Amino acid sequence: MKVKYFAWVRERIGKPEETIEPPADVRTVEDLIGWLARQGETYAYAFERPRVIRAAIDHSHVRPDAMIAGAREIAFFPPMTGG
Amino acid sequence: MTAIVTIRVQEADFDVAREIEALTRGRKDIGAVVSFSGICRDGDGGASLAALTLEHYPGMAEAEITRHANEAMSRWPLTGLTVIHRVGRITPGENIVLVLTASQHRQAAFQAAEFLMDYLKTSAPFWKREENADGADWVEARDRDDAAAARWTRS
Repeated sequence: MKVKYFAWVRERIGKPEETIEPPADVRTVEDLIGWLARQGETYAYAFERPRVIRAAIDHSHVRPDAMIAGAREIAFFPPMTGG
Repeated sequence: MTAIVTIRVQEADFDVAREIEALTRGRKDIGAVVSFSGICRDGDGGASLAALTLEHYPGMAEAEITRHANEAMSRWPLTGLTVIHRVGRITPGENIVLVLTASQHRQAAFQAAEFLMDYLKTSAPFWKREENADGADWVEARDRDDAAAARWTRS
């Protein structure tokens, strides 16, 4: 699946997007954040406060317990500050 | 007549008068247009802001604004609405965002404009980065914006 990162999540990880293949036991958005946080120092820094991180699956906001099966694109970002 | 809904995410500035004209041209059923412009202001508390840079999530930003535009259209009797959100580098005094709502009567137009702005602040995927003399940093989300959006939730 494709993952995208925005704002300081993108800056901390050092790339705007990538394709990942998490193991089968990574089932929810929360699981995926935990798995990503273990993929290296930059990821650990980006996801050090997992409760702050917002997620979207295929352009819709989702909660941490949302299932990721079937997702084409998952995005992680900080709380939004537009408008 | 069909409602006119315009949603744009763009780097370029917008012309408020021209956008109002596009919403009302040739119609005689509109009694009220509410216009809200969000403008980049200088730093709070005397801190000088050099510029804001607005990042967005292409595709989702438009989708999220469209979802809330559709909700506004279903909750209030609007004849049309316009949402334009700028991205890229914006300096103090420049426009950031425009919300226009048109209706037969003012109440619907006022309420729908406020609803749209409250949701743009908290759920449209845009992020502001502030540049000043000390460097640049991401703007923190504010609880009061979440509270403003939450009051529109129907129980």
